[in-house]
Amino acid sequence: MATLFDINLFALSGQLLIGLINGSFYALLALGLAIIFGLLKIINFSHGALYMLGAFSAWIGLEYLQLNYWWALVLVPLGIGVFGILLERTLIRPIAHEDHLYSLLLTFGIALILQGLFTHWFGSSGLPYAIPEELQGGTRLPFMYLPNYRAWIIMFSLVVCAGTWYLIEKTKLGAYLRAGTENPQLMQAFGINVPLIVTLTYGFGAGLAGLAGVLAAPIYSVAPEMGSNILIVVFAIVVIGGMGSIGGAILTGLAMGVVEGLTKYFYPEASNTVIFLVMVLVLLTKPAGLFGKEA
Amino acid sequence: MNLISKILLASALVASTSAAQANISDGKVKIGVMGDMGGVYAEICGRGCVEAVQMAVDDFGGKVLGSPIEVISADDQNKPDLGSTIARKWIETEQVDVINGSVASSVTGAITKLMTEHEKITLISASASHAFTTKSCSPFNAQWTYDVVAMANGTVKPMVQSGKKKWFFVTADYAFGHALESVATDVIQANGGEVVGAVRAPLGTTDFSSYILQAQSSGADVIALANAGNDMVNSLKTAAEFGVTDMMDIAGLMVFTQNAQALDPAIAGGMKLTIGFYWDMDEQTREWSKRYMARMGGAIPSMIHAGTYSSTMHYLKAVEAAGTDESRAVMAKMKEMPVEDFFSRNGFLRKDGRMVHDMLQVRIKKADERRDGNDIFAIENVIPGKDAYLPLDKGGCDFALSQN
Repeated sequence: MATLFDINLFALSGQLLIGLINGSFYALLALGLAIIFGLLKIINFSHGALYMLGAFSAWIGLEYLQLNYWWALVLVPLGIGVFGILLERTLIRPIAHEDHLYSLLLTFGIALILQGLFTHWFGSSGLPYAIPEELQGGTRLPFMYLPNYRAWIIMFSLVVCAGTWYLIEKTKLGAYLRAGTENPQLMQAFGINVPLIVTLTYGFGAGLAGLAGVLAAPIYSVAPEMGSNILIVVFAIVVIGGMGSIGGAILTGLAMGVVEGLTKYFYPEASNTVIFLVMVLVLLTKPAGLFGKEA
Repeated sequence: MNLISKILLASALVASTSAAQANISDGKVKIGVMGDMGGVYAEICGRGCVEAVQMAVDDFGGKVLGSPIEVISADDQNKPDLGSTIARKWIETEQVDVINGSVASSVTGAITKLMTEHEKITLISASASHAFTTKSCSPFNAQWTYDVVAMANGTVKPMVQSGKKKWFFVTADYAFGHALESVATDVIQANGGEVVGAVRAPLGTTDFSSYILQAQSSGADVIALANAGNDMVNSLKTAAEFGVTDMMDIAGLMVFTQNAQALDPAIAGGMKLTIGFYWDMDEQTREWSKRYMARMGGAIPSMIHAGTYSSTMHYLKAVEAAGTDESRAVMAKMKEMPVEDFFSRNGFLRKDGRMVHDMLQVRIKKADERRDGNDIFAIENVIPGKDAYLPLDKGGCDFALSQN
């Protein structure tokens, strides 16, 4: 067996791949957060709750409405997107002109309420959600057994991330969006409906969180606190990537997945701290984040 | 009967009842039920534990020695400081005589310390740590349902003896996980097995695939999950996804009925574990469980709910037998009387406060074996209490050993 400095290379490649898969999850969630912050300047603490809502919606769809995984993959993000739009219109909009702290506290409160409601309704033990039949089983690679579902996650989320990045950075719609947040008055004067753009952006970010939730449902426990566990890590990733940088969030998400994966191999005890360590180092050397623009 | 003898008889009756009541402090027996009402442990205890205590009180007749029995409850939120603040208030201003419930061992630890200072009994029906009857034991502790030793013994021993010698641990990286791992390791080594590897996964880890891969390449026969709740569910899901469940056995060292119910039978079917009570074991357990389910909107009881009822009932019987609610006298009676009910088989409360009773080694049923959603376990073995729990002389409980 190939070994180098007492490290099993086969095992290591397995860990790298696993890290990349987890990283694509982080990337998807960080992307939604980064869009909402970058374009709306809202620190969206309810992102984790929206992710949890996505997973639960997939479960509810299957259990009560006979909607299978593939339907959930299409309908749930739309539903969560609409829910996000309602949140933005009714609760976030009225305090949008206040300090960032207000929206942070508000969205944090929303997250706690949602989590509490789902604990009340469904309990905290978590609910089962099976991997769709088409994606069951796996492929035996030389260095590891790769479940088909994990391969699906990495491909699907990379396509979504790349598509979103292209939409915002390279299309006319994306240009309106960026301009609308840069200088809303000027855009209004050009006849662009800026409040509508803001609402849709929040809805889109929420939809991304819902989508990640659906992807997560078959492999992680569908439980009310699933969102709060992952949210803090994702926040750290957005900070490392540079608050508001779309591409930065995606790349950092993937990279941090790998860093965490390697830590799980060499020193598992530190695996839930290592990302914060990186965050501290990045903030000390490059306060705007790896891909952020210095103010 | 003439007037004088009637008056004499009446006054004798009054005297006797007031004498009985005089032995009940503050004229009532007050039971405090502490529990995590809305957090991660809410389902295995929570409101169900309050209901179980109330059910025991109702079944007992609502009165003991002529004095009313009162039940109050509070949410400890799994916070030791909050738990001990509530317990202090209960003891000092609300005349609580005994506390039941409280899942998190850290909260229970804070409560038992306080209760011991005030010479009051704690019925430990929900916590897993075996410290309460070993190094942190107290003459006022009675630990009922289960503990980490019984859980590890029940599951690990038969598997090692059947030839599964090499073990790999996926352990939750905090006191509870470490205790579970060390107890199970002792059992493995004592029976001729070996531990080929272990990973310490932080509490609340979302993705266990790294650890499962490490377990897979370790060449072990069994992966032991020394974790609980969502950590356990997530690690098991990942093991199934990576095809590990076809190659190795999985042993859950701390799985509650509610966890097993929440798992997809396709994934968890076949997993072996230990519990202290299963609702569908026999007529007696079904009879009690049906009454419990009627009170709880159809939710099946965990071993903790059943144990909470059993410990409350035994306490009340002991108060009656002792003729007082004075803690030392009640505890002496509790240790003297056998504990034999729907929950506890061949049970007795040992000197160190451990209620030793038979445990069940069960297997999670596969989907095609199940009648309905509440049909979860097949009972494989009954483990006699003396084999399941740590023997008195190995526990190191000072006051109990010095009595020998």
